[in-house]
Amino acid sequence: MKIFIYPANSLILSDLVERFGHEPLALMKEIRKKVTDPGLDSPPMNMTPDDAKKGLKYAAIEIPSGVRGRMSLMDPLIEEAQAAIIVEDADYMFGCMGCARTNELIKYTIRSKGVPVLELKYPKNENEAKNFVLLVKEFLDKLVIKVEAPQ
Amino acid sequence: MPEDKITKMVVISDTELPSDMAINAYKVSSDVTIKETCYGLMVTGTRGEVDKVVNEVRKLNPTKIFVKERGFPPGDERRCRANRGGGPRPGFHQLKNEIDMLPDIGKGLILVDRGSKPLDLPEAKNIPVDKFKQIIAEEAEKLGGKSQS
Repeated sequence: MKIFIYPANSLILSDLVERFGHEPLALMKEIRKKVTDPGLDSPPMNMTPDDAKKGLKYAAIEIPSGVRGRMSLMDPLIEEAQAAIIVEDADYMFGCMGCARTNELIKYTIRSKGVPVLELKYPKNENEAKNFVLLVKEFLDKLVIKVEAPQ
Repeated sequence: MPEDKITKMVVISDTELPSDMAINAYKVSSDVTIKETCYGLMVTGTRGEVDKVVNEVRKLNPTKIFVKERGFPPGDERRCRANRGGGPRPGFHQLKNEIDMLPDIGKGLILVDRGSKPLDLPEAKNIPVDKFKQIIAEEAEKLGGKSQS
């Protein structure tokens, strides 16, 4: 199954999801499409004014274009998500207001999408880290059983 | 249409060495470009070849080798430190933060192999106010001052 991960660029989440037999929907995949395209519209990252328009799907016109641009980048990931793992309180998840509001919107959109969501806190010590791995494994195993069960 | 080229980062925790990983990665396939870095390797090539290489490398020590995809190709001027006048590359702090945690995550993976089940861990509670005031008073006394309580 395709699993949306938050933080969307997390090494640990990306690795665990792949290791336990699912496909992580990570931000790096979308970034690669943008930065390796030979587009000349908006170098160096190829984020164009059209991306802000695509973001209208998630946020109204009066919302800053930065939020809408970021949402357009995340859109394919949100659309494809069949389940999600949201990890709160990561030390490195800070940034400007645009990042913060986009993060809130991403979490809200995923929660309201109706897919199975596992919500965890970032581990701070050894015991929490061990439990974190076990909880992720348990969640991913349950997903497989649910899909394989007869209707 | 030619298949897209992707880059995957192989990140190692504690005892493994990037050079050992690189030697083993070269044994698997010659159709990929491998760059040795301080945290492990970057493997670039078509998705099939890269997946084959990283899966083989991961088998060397599954609980200490972690993999994630990378957006920018290796040596990309927009990310390379050589053209930026030094300083950490964008994304370094996130990677450093997670690398510090990898040994503990590895221990969790060992528990998964053993078939352990997750536990309900007690949540950390704040220290009671009275106890906190007592500690402040004791510390103030040690320093020869008076607490206001």
